[in-house]
Amino acid sequence: MNEILNEITLFSVVSLGAIGGVAAIILFLVAQKFKVIEDPRIDQVEELLPAANCGGCGLAGCRALAEAIVKAESLEGFNCPPGGSDVMQDIAKAMGWEAGETTPMIAVLRCNGTREQAPPKVRYDSAMTCAFAHALFAGEGGCPYGCLGCGDCVLACSFDAMYMDKETGLPVILDDKCVACAACVKECPRNIIEMRKKGKKDRRIFVSCINEEKGGVARKNCKVACIGCGKCLKECKFDAITLENNLAYIDFEKCTLCRKCPPVCPTNAIHELNFPVRKQKPAETVES
Amino acid sequence: MKVLTVSGSPHFHAEESVSKLMYGVVFSLIPAMLVSFYFFGLAAIVVTLTAVVACMAFEFLIQKYLIKGPLTIFDGSAIITGVLLAFNVPANLPLGLVVIGSAVAIGMGKMTFGGLGKNPFNPALVGRVFLMISFPVQMTTYPQPSVLNVSLTDAVTGPTPLTIIKDGVSRGMPVSELMGQIPDYINLLMGNLGGSAGEISAIAILLGGVYMLIRKIISWHIPVAYLGSAAIFAGIFWLISPEVYPDPLFHLLTGGLMLGAIYMATDYTTSPMSRTGMIIFGIGCGLLTIIIRLFGAYPEGVAFSILIMNAFVPLINRGLKPKRFGEEVKNG
Amino acid sequence: MEKLKTFVMGGVHPPENKLAEKQSILRLDPPESVAIPLSQHLGVPAAPVVNKGDEVLAGQLIAKGEAFISANIHASVSGKVAKIDAVIDSSGYRKKAILINTEGDKWTDGIDQDESLVTDYDLDSKEITRRIQDNGVVGMGGATFPSHVKMMVPKGKKAEYLIINGVECEPCLTADHRLMLEKGEEIMVGITLQMKALGVDKAIIGIENNKADALEHLERLAEKYPAISVQGLKVKYPQGAEKQLIKALVNREVPSGKLPIEVGCVVHNVGTSFAVYEAVLKNKPLMERVVTVSGTSVKKPGNFMVRIGTPVITLIEAAGGLPEDTGKVINGGPMMGKALNDLNVPVTKGTSGILIFTEAESKRPPEQNCIRCARCLTICPMGLEPYLLAQLTDKKRLEECEDERIMDCMECGSCLYICPSGKPLLDHIRVGKTRVGKMIRERAG
Repeated sequence: MNEILNEITLFSVVSLGAIGGVAAIILFLVAQKFKVIEDPRIDQVEELLPAANCGGCGLAGCRALAEAIVKAESLEGFNCPPGGSDVMQDIAKAMGWEAGETTPMIAVLRCNGTREQAPPKVRYDSAMTCAFAHALFAGEGGCPYGCLGCGDCVLACSFDAMYMDKETGLPVILDDKCVACAACVKECPRNIIEMRKKGKKDRRIFVSCINEEKGGVARKNCKVACIGCGKCLKECKFDAITLENNLAYIDFEKCTLCRKCPPVCPTNAIHELNFPVRKQKPAETVES
Repeated sequence: MKVLTVSGSPHFHAEESVSKLMYGVVFSLIPAMLVSFYFFGLAAIVVTLTAVVACMAFEFLIQKYLIKGPLTIFDGSAIITGVLLAFNVPANLPLGLVVIGSAVAIGMGKMTFGGLGKNPFNPALVGRVFLMISFPVQMTTYPQPSVLNVSLTDAVTGPTPLTIIKDGVSRGMPVSELMGQIPDYINLLMGNLGGSAGEISAIAILLGGVYMLIRKIISWHIPVAYLGSAAIFAGIFWLISPEVYPDPLFHLLTGGLMLGAIYMATDYTTSPMSRTGMIIFGIGCGLLTIIIRLFGAYPEGVAFSILIMNAFVPLINRGLKPKRFGEEVKNG
Repeated sequence: MEKLKTFVMGGVHPPENKLAEKQSILRLDPPESVAIPLSQHLGVPAAPVVNKGDEVLAGQLIAKGEAFISANIHASVSGKVAKIDAVIDSSGYRKKAILINTEGDKWTDGIDQDESLVTDYDLDSKEITRRIQDNGVVGMGGATFPSHVKMMVPKGKKAEYLIINGVECEPCLTADHRLMLEKGEEIMVGITLQMKALGVDKAIIGIENNKADALEHLERLAEKYPAISVQGLKVKYPQGAEKQLIKALVNREVPSGKLPIEVGCVVHNVGTSFAVYEAVLKNKPLMERVVTVSGTSVKKPGNFMVRIGTPVITLIEAAGGLPEDTGKVINGGPMMGKALNDLNVPVTKGTSGILIFTEAESKRPPEQNCIRCARCLTICPMGLEPYLLAQLTDKKRLEECEDERIMDCMECGSCLYICPSGKPLLDHIRVGKTRVGKMIRERAG
């Protein structure tokens, strides 16, 4: 009896051992053959990233960002929205690079063509995606530059910082949630959304229109279009405003948030956000 | 001026819609339903109604209170699930079990994955297999057909032809002798045999199948591949040893093969997309069915074989692409 | 009659609705003013050669197509150039156009206004191509590819067949049908000119058998031209697509991403053949075309010979005015046409029809879950998987889209037509095509 048992045990041990041995050799050979040599710094950078894998940097997760950063050997053009500049500073320190000061930014919608201001002239009835609507026609409001209102930007936002306002048909950006990842900027087929400086106390002034058509044409479609009249240009003492192709643009680097230009705009195309309420103005400036 | 509509082309749309297709399937099931009512009487009507109502109710409850999404109970798909589930259980199954089966079919088989069009497995079969495994006694107590029986409980029960053959062969009896115990082929064709409520009449199911083919609700690929491969495979064994394995016609006419091939395997969502894929799928189902019937523990294998092939569908869709127009011949 | 041919793979059969097929072509007077877009053809827009205030005659060159793939544009009326400005065209966007206020109807001297048939000519291939180019002839089927470019067979390739597309597979449209019936002889001469220019000795005219009268008419005319044969085709959409038509007529498959010349074929529309005849033998530039105006609610559906640049609304007035319950106005056929968002859009060289849909007809069916019924797969004439392409586009998996041959899609609309779930498959595929195209161009650098 014992002999048989011994035999079985011996046989098992030998055969399993042999299989194990062969498998180990194969594994070793395969591992040698398909060896991947990785830069150890990638792991180092990944450690420092928040591991949220949100894709806010525009890459597929934190590992991908780490790989990209190490490959580029610099932090230029990379941004980790949830981590902010602190994380970038840490990475720079660890890598021994210089970290540029990052100014806090925020996404700004440069269109105010609400259903009321740019009433729909036609009805859109196709896939609810701006990419297709843009290829199909100028938009329900008729403005070939304006927001199409299908909400591709909202879908692109991974931080719940945007929603579509059903009343106006325009997306709304939430100041406290936007991390300036610029996913919406990339998604918008009409390049309406711009990354602008967040400003002191989240205050910002911008031209809420990107229509380059002639004033009359633009106004026909939308009551709050920039008509390129240039009044704001004359008002600005800091050369922050430029006028090109019938469209005024405020340079956020030069703008001092003096609030002089919004009241002079005849179409109310210049928006000011998060400022205290103005004192009652004389009737003539409010008009038109 | 009038507000014009702007939309992408095309501006014509076919008259077909999901609910029209679904109700077309329900309509095509009427002959089989009538046969089942004829042979199993009131009990079959009650089981079918219970299953349909339960399926619709569960879909409604889940959509309303769990998913909180749009309601789609009237698109007809829940009705099909209900009818097919009822067709796949014995007509005298306790109604409580029918309700449980419906809950599993709709809840586990369909809504878990996101509802219509998202489920990998045929919901009715999920329900049936769940009942089969959980309540084997009730699920294999088949009533014998008795014309226009109005009683709900007093049906005479007995084995199905498949069970007779399976048991007999395992005891070493020759098939030719066992064949004497089962109805002749004309009766099998008409549906005068023991079995699940709706699977009995091959001719009624074929009629429904022809209707669906004419209305282009289904294509011929899956049923033909399924029935054909089952017949050929069963035929091979029959030729090898006719005393151990019954002939192919017997296989085609008994059990749920017809119902499975025409209604369950052709379910849009759980079958492959391309024509070649459909044929492979049908052949796979046919082979598995015969293997389970001849060598498996269960006398019937349609439900399992379709569910197993359902699992292969994503793979088939990936691997078998339709032939592209102007496909360049690859070198080498 | 011979056996009817057709293409094998996929295809649908939408309701034909050819309401205007019995209406002969009606010539409309020049409108009060025209807006002639500078980009009416595939390729580079033409450059204007007139200025605001210039007096022009009908048929005078007003914009020159300078690039290789471009076409000349001529004044369609006589009068004064009002301005050169952006107007909304059928694309839904403002595009540059030359606006002319009509004064009288004076034509340039070079045009032979005689209606009589010219059959004799002594012109070589180069001269024919030159006249086609000078007179701005483009493909009249809808793609508006400059015709003279098609006449130049690339080096190393040989054209074997000239295929003439008289299929008009789009429902509702009857412009080509009427043209074949009324201008059959001119079309035949046009085809001989095209054959001469291409240097081919065989031409096949493909006509679907829902136009039995046109089929018979051309068959009879073709008896005089041994090189031209007429072939009846089974009604199936999209048979008028180049690749499908070649497959149906000569049973050759154009490889993916290649042009018909790859299999020795050149395809032209019957309308183009007529335009070629007029351009070469009458020296008449492409300044007018036949447009079908139709729709179930239209009072007088018809086929109209109109000047290029005529506002669509003028055409609709000619057909009995815009019906009260109009929901949609389409430029082109119901399967591939574009819905207009403005009724002052000008008729261009590619406008084959103006269709008016009632409000009830304009609605798309509600969108539901995909039930994976595989109908889109079965009917795709290119053997693609529309449901998959739409999904991959949505998920931005563009490389996979490319592998699944999204660029082979010709946007025939069969998938969206057939889908029982009302999925906007083609909308998504179009987005995907744009994105994949961009990706491919970026990769090429």
